[in-house]
Amino acid sequence: MNGLIRYLQRNLSLVAGSALLLFLLAFIVIGHMVVDVEDARALSVRPLQPPSAQYPFGTDRQGRDLLAVMVAGTPLTLRIGFIAGFLGVGIGTALAFVAAYYRGWADTIIRGIADIGLTVPGLLVLIIIAVGIPGGLSVNQMALVVASLAWLNPTRTIRAQVLSLRERGYVEIARMSGMSGPAIIFFELMPNLLPYLAATLVNAVSGAILASIGLEVLGLGPIDAPTLGMTLYWVNFNAAMINGWWWWWLAPTAIIVIVFLGLFFVTVGLDEVANPRLRKSV
Amino acid sequence: MNAILKVEGLRVEFDHALGAVKAVDDVSFALNAGERLGLAGESGSGKSTMALAILRMIKPPGRIVAGRVSLDGEELSALDHEGMRRLRLAGIAMVPQGSMNSLNPVMRIKAQLADAFRDHGVHLSNAAFEARVAELLRTVGLRPEVATLYPHELSGGMKQRACIAIAICLRPKVIIADEPTSALDVVVQRHVMETLARVQRDLGCAIILVGHDMGLMAQFVDRLGVMYAGRLVELAPIGEIITRPRHPYTQALISSLPSLEARGTMQGIPGLAPLLRELPPGCAFHPRCPRAEDRCRAEKPAVREVAPGQRAACHFA
Amino acid sequence: MSAPLLETRHVGKRYGAMTALSDLSMTIDTTRPAITAVVGESGSGKTTLARIILGLTPPSEGQVLYRGHDMAGLSGRQKREFRREVQAVFQDPYEVYNPFYRVDHVLTTPVKNFGLASSRAEARTLIEGALRAVGLRPEEILGRFPHQLSGGQRQRIMVARAVLMKPKLIVADEPVSMVDASLRATILGSLRKLTDEMGISIIYITHDLATAYQVSDNILVMYRACVAEAGEVERVVKHPQHPYTQLLISSIPKVSTTRDWLEDEGEQKAAAAPSAIGCRFVERCPVAMAKCATTLPPLYRTEPARAAACFQYEASPELQAGALDEVLVKAHEVV
Repeated sequence: MNGLIRYLQRNLSLVAGSALLLFLLAFIVIGHMVVDVEDARALSVRPLQPPSAQYPFGTDRQGRDLLAVMVAGTPLTLRIGFIAGFLGVGIGTALAFVAAYYRGWADTIIRGIADIGLTVPGLLVLIIIAVGIPGGLSVNQMALVVASLAWLNPTRTIRAQVLSLRERGYVEIARMSGMSGPAIIFFELMPNLLPYLAATLVNAVSGAILASIGLEVLGLGPIDAPTLGMTLYWVNFNAAMINGWWWWWLAPTAIIVIVFLGLFFVTVGLDEVANPRLRKSV
Repeated sequence: MNAILKVEGLRVEFDHALGAVKAVDDVSFALNAGERLGLAGESGSGKSTMALAILRMIKPPGRIVAGRVSLDGEELSALDHEGMRRLRLAGIAMVPQGSMNSLNPVMRIKAQLADAFRDHGVHLSNAAFEARVAELLRTVGLRPEVATLYPHELSGGMKQRACIAIAICLRPKVIIADEPTSALDVVVQRHVMETLARVQRDLGCAIILVGHDMGLMAQFVDRLGVMYAGRLVELAPIGEIITRPRHPYTQALISSLPSLEARGTMQGIPGLAPLLRELPPGCAFHPRCPRAEDRCRAEKPAVREVAPGQRAACHFA
Repeated sequence: MSAPLLETRHVGKRYGAMTALSDLSMTIDTTRPAITAVVGESGSGKTTLARIILGLTPPSEGQVLYRGHDMAGLSGRQKREFRREVQAVFQDPYEVYNPFYRVDHVLTTPVKNFGLASSRAEARTLIEGALRAVGLRPEEILGRFPHQLSGGQRQRIMVARAVLMKPKLIVADEPVSMVDASLRATILGSLRKLTDEMGISIIYITHDLATAYQVSDNILVMYRACVAEAGEVERVVKHPQHPYTQLLISSIPKVSTTRDWLEDEGEQKAAAAPSAIGCRFVERCPVAMAKCATTLPPLYRTEPARAAACFQYEASPELQAGALDEVLVKAHEVV
């Protein structure tokens, strides 16, 4: 326990990032208990009220209680990010291991697809997919759309890590002790990759949230969902900035900043865990 | 004998979660002008840390907690950051362990020498610089064309000589060579050590050779210091150490060298070197010492002069 | 008579334009166990030979036969048999441990994969026995992580691991070069015990002629991908015949008060490219003759237990390809 505390003292990034994310979590949980999330729907309350005791975040033009919107929408946005991020890294890891450990034509094919995919502008592809689905997207469909591209970068970077790990002495010893290929991947390589995978995962979640917010701001997201991106879409649609309804864009912006700062600090903190050479000394 | 380098009471500690670890514990010695001093010890003995400490190149979590180092009468601890920087290479030069990996892989050899000159404010005209480079390379037994080569185009022995050339380019008073030949084959090692000896004679500087090969020490150095668990446990002329080692560890170290005389005579030292953070009480060597008695377990032996010019840290020396 | 454990027939290895190993034919017959040292500097081909024998690198030419079967075409079952009979100890005691696991992992893995024990208790007994056989105390070792043990202990665990499978042959590639001098004797001593008491043959690859002399029965001196000299170790070291062996022995600094080691240094000879034809050592050889530059000398059998690849000895009969093991003695034999 002492060791953990001392480590956290050194790794302030991890502490800061986790604190921010925990704060958000608290916000969501406590928010659900305190606020009536039905008020996140349109036409629930008096529109265009600046922040007050009754409506701490104010209300928007369509009569939504913005505090309720934030409380209901933040988990949705995060959910998209987590589903897409996990899917992307999960697929990417599997492909990376196969490509890097077995080499040969498997490696060539996987690497080829990933390389081509990475050169195509991701947002463009996402827009085309989103537009192509008739009837608008649900939150889960949104996650799948973003996931479809989220695996490309993890595949490449994890493959590079596995390539270097597979030359290690302990892999050769494992082979000489009679271990099969898949066993080596799972028991020898994977555990040493965990810190790196964690860092990649957080990165992927960040990227997925960003992509989803991007799509939503363009109006391609789930129209009825009170997600952060959709809120910003309505902010644009209604020219909230020009009209001086500052509380409308401030709330989602602030929350987005907290999300990204939290994820960023956690990534930096995990980088240090994954790469011992970055470790600072006390 | 005039001492060109004096180390007094040097103590280097590393901060560790469970307390400070003494990597170098109260080491004192003097290096005479033109002398070859060996510093022998195994891993964890503190010899490499000491070399870095003399050059004030200890990085956190290590720090120099006590002691004085003076070069030719000048106190090094009084120098500020910039003063120390100027002293490195120009006053005391180092040929580090793994020298071959210390050469910048994307710079030609002469560019690396140019760096050395420029960093120490030596401005030479192009012609003078070329001449100086050629002379330096000749001094270390390299052909002048080597100046235009990249490190990867040189063999291991040639890279080592290039490192020696960089170390002597500003005519230092002391050269510290930390295991300069450990990665080299025995035939090439001999050539490189011959080069080092000649260079030292020509420059008139002193050399500290850090290593663990007692055969190499026997053939190269004038005096030898033996380090164990951060302390200098013996210091004497090399002839004395070979014929009559005073400290049991020195005796054991010499005996553990495999001989080419009779087979099956290889001996080791039983037990393990102690962890620096868990030093045994009394003499650090007593768990492995064939002569250990109760006194050794209780009382840490001080470094005493046991004969003129010979010091040892043992109750029975 | 059953086929010998391993046989190399005109085995060579090239990496692009560079020849790492050149036309080596030898038989490794472990019915009478012995320790054979393979000594050479870097680039001599000794590590390449080790990797080829271990089946980790395929040769560019020639064949390697395991019990008469070509290694390139072994069935799954034969491969497992091979892994059991031929084991290795590598140079780096740090790299060979997966930092994620305790050191028990490297010992339990072969037990599990080769079915060496039928129960956990039996496995435990087997592992503890192997650790004791190399001079380690199981209670000090099991349950620890690699970073908690010293390099010497880690290397001994690797020897214990190799012993677990009761192999016929252990290939030890520089097993003590990264270990402190004071611990080398213990580790090499346990290797010697394996041969003397357990009948395991060992191929000891090293650049350190002195330790090779101390612990081996035979020696193969390699230079630039070829065998320069081979034979019973006492004879080769005390009366070296090949000029390279002589150079090697005279270059070792000795602990003595006679300081004759530093003489006039030689010119930078080694930088020259190796000759493609003729003797590999010709540029550095003090007794080179005209024909040395144009013809590669074969191995001549100069004594019952000795062969040297040098034209100085062309009066002696040539050693037949594949007969290299005839000049290698078995343990405890007196020549």
